[in-house]
Amino acid sequence: MSPRTATATHRRGRKASAPPAPTATATTYREALREAHREAMRRDPRVFLMGEDVGRYGGAFAVSLGLLEEFGEDRVRDTPLSEAAFTGAGIGAAMRGMRPVVEIMTVNFSLLALDQVLNNAATLRHMSGGQLSVPLVIRMTTGAGRQLAAQHSHSLEGWYAHIPGLRVLAPATLEDARGMLWPALQDPDPVVIFEHGSLYNLSGHLPADPGPVDIERAAVRRSGTDVTLVAFGGTLGKALTAAESLAAQGISAEVVDLRVLRPLDDATILESVARTHRLVVVDEAWRTGSLAAEVSARVAEQAFFELDAHVERVGAVEVPVPYAQHLEEATLPQVPGIVEAARRAVGEDG
Amino acid sequence: MTATEQRSGTATERAAADTTEQATGTSGADTPAGLLRAMLRIRRFEEKCAELYSATKIRGFLHLCIGEEAVAVGVVGALAAEDAVVSTYREHGHALARGVPMTAIMAEMFGRSTGCSGGRGGSMHLFDAGRRFYGGNAIVAGGLPVAVGLALADHLTGSPAVTACLFGDGAFAEGEWHESANLAALWHLPVLFCCENNRYAMGTSLAREHAQTDLAARAASYGMVSWAVDGMDVTQVREATTKALAYVRDSGQPCFLELRTYRFRAHSMYDPDRYRDPAEIEQWKRSDPIPALTEQLVQRGQVTTADVEQWEREIGQEIAAAVAAADAAPLEPVEDLTRHLTSTGPGEGSAS
Repeated sequence: MSPRTATATHRRGRKASAPPAPTATATTYREALREAHREAMRRDPRVFLMGEDVGRYGGAFAVSLGLLEEFGEDRVRDTPLSEAAFTGAGIGAAMRGMRPVVEIMTVNFSLLALDQVLNNAATLRHMSGGQLSVPLVIRMTTGAGRQLAAQHSHSLEGWYAHIPGLRVLAPATLEDARGMLWPALQDPDPVVIFEHGSLYNLSGHLPADPGPVDIERAAVRRSGTDVTLVAFGGTLGKALTAAESLAAQGISAEVVDLRVLRPLDDATILESVARTHRLVVVDEAWRTGSLAAEVSARVAEQAFFELDAHVERVGAVEVPVPYAQHLEEATLPQVPGIVEAARRAVGEDG
Repeated sequence: MTATEQRSGTATERAAADTTEQATGTSGADTPAGLLRAMLRIRRFEEKCAELYSATKIRGFLHLCIGEEAVAVGVVGALAAEDAVVSTYREHGHALARGVPMTAIMAEMFGRSTGCSGGRGGSMHLFDAGRRFYGGNAIVAGGLPVAVGLALADHLTGSPAVTACLFGDGAFAEGEWHESANLAALWHLPVLFCCENNRYAMGTSLAREHAQTDLAARAASYGMVSWAVDGMDVTQVREATTKALAYVRDSGQPCFLELRTYRFRAHSMYDPDRYRDPAEIEQWKRSDPIPALTEQLVQRGQVTTADVEQWEREIGQEIAAAVAAADAAPLEPVEDLTRHLTSTGPGEGSAS
């Protein structure tokens, strides 16, 4: 899916009830993230950004372009390629009262820092009997779709969402890209923000002074009555496109954007399933032990008798993400697969 | 430390004043008698822990620092209240030297709610945020990046605090050490790296884990001031630490101390200690920091055997009181299991 397509579908996804306000400005997901950092650093002197190539280079995905020039080297810190050390340094600085934002280039690289995230960031408050607080924000790119092959393309959000003590966010819209950082920085506990690599060029409009968004709830991005499509991050656009296609076939799909991957907002999912009685979960991760598995299990546990069909999952084929375009496409959830799953759920196919 | 720095009062009075539970464990514990008493207190505490482990009062992993007390007292006792300590799973001595109350440590090992981590940590995870004692990290080298971050915050805010990070020779083989050393040196951060080289990473000897066993020399390659110190001599450890702290505070640069020491007990209570020659252990016991200093101070007339006997009685009473308090202390209610998972309290962790 091209960024342009994503933009169009996202606009439709916002229920078309809010046309751009007169003061709205054109922006992108990348620029919205940058503006969120700029605002946070202006508002709070304790906020600083560190990570690989966030300064002189401007960020591997150009999120932080220009921030070094504006805020200086103390607050926009280029780090060595030492994921464990700079993530751990973020933990220590947060414990000492700062509000660090640590950028890790991709989720695959974050595995080098997973010790710090799990054994320290997520654990210290509980293990110390409530004495320590780690108000750290970690941002990283996730996901495939750019032919970056098997060490830059995985979707491991579910691994992080498995960890008690973390809050895990997946902004999939301009509003969330712009609005999630500030509340994340207000959280006294560690927050991990996943930015899907295919979203940085997503374009659209935002009000000149958009407020913060909540980091508690899932969001219904499109209302429908026949089937619920649950998606997040990089799969939201695909789910919305699939919903368009289903509408043309006379099937009314509701699209729920999880937004918050931990703690999961069960209520929004269950309410939607109570309306539609059918569930398709779309997740770019491998199916085994995935967030899609978790959502499916929760619905089965809490709303079994609401379901008129078994739960459908659309996930990645369980291989390391390959380089060749056709193989990568075949690996990932795609719109036709989501449409087919939804049709099966409503009894139109299979 | 020199004889001219002695204070008035009997050795016993001075030492007792130095090592009772204080805010930081730092004030005045710098007389030779005070250092000796502090080491003795750690030794007797840990001997009691071993006994309580056998009696199944303490469970889990229990790592004793018996033999390494000069490092705990020499390093940690030299820190100021504003300084921070990041330690390892072999940290009873560090915690006691920092002034974490013995009652809170013992209660923690008993798994009681009055423990210094509310019974959630145990022997390996002692915490005392008020005394800036940040654990108790059981991931070898896992505390080092956190220490760098504490120092980064101090650097950014202009605080004069130093973060002392204790770790072992095993940690020196971990990537997190090398990343942390580079980052602290690169960013000029006030970290005092204290490598407690007891010559074994669990059961693997220094020569079997490191191609180059001169750890101080390797640390120096990061552009850090780096000294090797006799870790069995508390006065040398204290002097080196005092100098190193002054250097870090004045320069804002990190510093590395390799404290060459030895543990007399096995790695943990599970360890049958099959990998060391008993003769080697006996050899090192001749450098036991406690009898050596006792003899020296008695010879110099700075301490009498009566002083030592009185310390033994006082320490014995302190330990007995800590054990009794731990035994009588309440357990954390199971309903509070998910408390402290996040700042918002129970609920998140109980989602099912």
